[in-house]
Amino acid sequence: MNTLIPRDEQDAASIVADAAARRTPLNLCGNGTKAAMGRPNQTEASLTSAALTGITLYEPAEMVIAARSGTPLAEVVETLAQKGQQLPFEPMDYRLLLGSRGEPTIGAVAAMNISGPRRIMAGAARDSLIGVRFVNGRGEVIKSGGRVMKNVTGLDLVKLMAGAWGTLGFLTEVTFKVLPKPERMSTLLIRGLDDESAVAALSAALGSPFDVTGAAHLPAPDRQGARTLIRLEGFSVSVDYRLGELRRLLKRFGAADILEGRGAEAVWQALRDASVFQDRGERAVWRISTAPTKGPALTARVAETIEAQWFYDWGGGLVWLSTPAEGDLGAAAIRAATAAFGGHATLVRAPDADRSRLDVFEPQAEAVMALSRGIKASLDPAGILNPGRMYAGI
Amino acid sequence: MTIAFPTPDEAVLSRRNEILAGLGRLVAPEALIVTEDERRAFETDGLTAYRQMPLAVVLPSSTQEVSAILRFCRENGVKVVPRGAGTSLSGGAIPQADAIVLGVAKMNRVLDVDFENRVAHVQAGITNLAISQAVAHEGFFYAPDPSSQLACTIAGNIAMNSGGAHCLKYGVTTNNLLGVTMVLLDGTVVELGGAHLDSAGYDLLGLVCGSEGQLGIVTEASVRILRAAEGARPALLGFERVEDAGACVAAIIAAGIIPVALEYMDRPAIQICEAFAHAGYPLDVDAMLIVEVEGSDQEIDDMLRRIVAIAEPFRPKTVKVSQSEAESAAIWKGRKSAFGATGRVADYICMDGTIPTGRLPEVLRRIDEIAKSYGLGVANVFHAGDGNLHPLVMFDSSKPGEMEKAEAAGEDILKLCVEVGGCLTGEHGVGIEKRDLMPYQFNAVDLEQQMRVRGVFDPGWLLNPAKVFPLEGRFAA
Repeated sequence: MNTLIPRDEQDAASIVADAAARRTPLNLCGNGTKAAMGRPNQTEASLTSAALTGITLYEPAEMVIAARSGTPLAEVVETLAQKGQQLPFEPMDYRLLLGSRGEPTIGAVAAMNISGPRRIMAGAARDSLIGVRFVNGRGEVIKSGGRVMKNVTGLDLVKLMAGAWGTLGFLTEVTFKVLPKPERMSTLLIRGLDDESAVAALSAALGSPFDVTGAAHLPAPDRQGARTLIRLEGFSVSVDYRLGELRRLLKRFGAADILEGRGAEAVWQALRDASVFQDRGERAVWRISTAPTKGPALTARVAETIEAQWFYDWGGGLVWLSTPAEGDLGAAAIRAATAAFGGHATLVRAPDADRSRLDVFEPQAEAVMALSRGIKASLDPAGILNPGRMYAGI
Repeated sequence: MTIAFPTPDEAVLSRRNEILAGLGRLVAPEALIVTEDERRAFETDGLTAYRQMPLAVVLPSSTQEVSAILRFCRENGVKVVPRGAGTSLSGGAIPQADAIVLGVAKMNRVLDVDFENRVAHVQAGITNLAISQAVAHEGFFYAPDPSSQLACTIAGNIAMNSGGAHCLKYGVTTNNLLGVTMVLLDGTVVELGGAHLDSAGYDLLGLVCGSEGQLGIVTEASVRILRAAEGARPALLGFERVEDAGACVAAIIAAGIIPVALEYMDRPAIQICEAFAHAGYPLDVDAMLIVEVEGSDQEIDDMLRRIVAIAEPFRPKTVKVSQSEAESAAIWKGRKSAFGATGRVADYICMDGTIPTGRLPEVLRRIDEIAKSYGLGVANVFHAGDGNLHPLVMFDSSKPGEMEKAEAAGEDILKLCVEVGGCLTGEHGVGIEKRDLMPYQFNAVDLEQQMRVRGVFDPGWLLNPAKVFPLEGRFAA
């Protein structure tokens, strides 16, 4: 496949304009670390942001950073860390799960709206994304949002671009608001809870005034091995106080240990990256978002039909679930469960052939699909940008 | 009075009786307002300098009624101006002579509160404050708090993506909205989002939020509710120089502290508010900060101690750390009365640009110069943490031409905000007020793309069409 590597935004615009004129579909990518996600698309050429690199603006005192879309995520994270700041939404690294190599880009974080455990209190990538520049399917350079965190000027195309998987535009520059890194992180660990009690504990913690920034549950084959994790971050004095209060609040769920330091960081990183499902790709992996208290019922329903393993993030509202890579990979059971309990499921890891024949993203109501097709046509009338990567026809 | 409305469609005006009859078949008689006296209550909103009488006002009670009304309007080519409580400061709810007003205020019930999942499901005509009141007994609240929260509806908040004083910590409407039920112009009802986080497919919820009533009518909403902090207390810091106050804000943030509110007032604002509220503000400083933090008493003490220490190198002339609820109330009293107090000494227009906070001293100096060049005064109160300015340009409406001067000064100020890297509106919306300034922030291609997306929902420009996009350069999508 031919790879097109624009040197700058104008270059990218000419390439897209040319492709539009010839109606040549383009596969949009950064460094390709997440090529094995989404619906496989059939294109003759790839358009990569690999050469659009560099941080273009960083004002720590204004809590804002902007970078060209092909800038490695690691560079952004490192630059922020030097000033004691971070991306609030804790973007996941998919490389372990997908067995891919290379440098994930900041553009992909925006394009795929990639968040992690802190999403539950700090919002998703789309909530921190305050500005974008992109090339639409006509080959025009468009800007939306900006570099200030409060901005309601005009239609919020920033939100449309976040999570559109490159089907609406080729991102050239993204601007995020950022937050201070906490002085200290500490985690409460409760052992031996079943899914329902664990989610009840997480709901109690998240419904407390103690600013929980992570709430996860890892079930185990023997109940005693199950771990329920609640993360607190902030100034040390405040973390101490809140640890004490939360322990009291959650007493009825059992004694809580405290995890700190490197070990605790590794636990949250593993949760963020769903690394428990890291293997040689033998099993399919699904990511399901639902209302937190529906999580346990949803997994129980799925497990009535198929063999499945799972864990919970976001207080129970994010279910990572793995199924045997056979038949429909559990799609029918999972879609039935999201229909019954609300929410949506994404097939994150599966062989290309399965991601072609099965719905990767939750099927949408026809009226919503009609709007989506209209929006696609309004940004990419020739249908050349990552066609079919999310849904057939957009 | 410099902003033009589109020329009313004579064909629609001449069919008024027919249109009223058609609407009358869709809703109960008391839900259709036709007499001139009763319509007058809807002729303007918070931007009272502009007024237009609508053809009629419809106040539906259900999603089904909204659906029937929109379908009728589309079939009959009747424009629709959506309205919540009519508190828009940018004229977002001001009618047009050839449009009906569709008000959602009758749909104001709480449908369900789910504390475990931290979601409230409400009808869109409920007031912002009523949501917080409905969940307060469990210690919860709905975070975005525009200063009109007593009156404004969640429908209007969604339309304008409203902010408030506490968005530095809690975000604005779009960050606290989980789902909506929305009626499209052809009457189709769509559900976007839900009780879960993030959407499948395109983020239509994010697109709808802040779309100023041009994509559809939201009839229900699921919003995130949060457990309130155990307590909150502010400190008041007065500085001799604007630069010192600006540098202090930067230093607080650099120290890793995100106050729940970080408000700035300049000398004229301090004088006006103190004269009105007797809040004990220092009258000998050029700039004043109100910094509020949340948590337990000991957490608050610790944080305020840090903030006072951070402020020290900038030589504050006044440092007042609140020790009680009464002291906190006194500190906030002046700030909260800023608009009312200014209204007692002058007529004013309230601007709403955002700037990169690093440009603060320069922007304040230039705002002052702009106002002086028109022979007007200006007072500044604003959210310093996020750079959202609210310059109050003061004038005397009894003097011919002063209103126009104030508008011109306001325009210059907003252009300045864009010039330094900010934007025209941080939380009030574009409405009609800033419609004609859009080309200062966006080029023709940017605006065309926005209009193409808009056109997916309303190709014939029937939904709130006088707003947001300059009248020149429009096209049927």
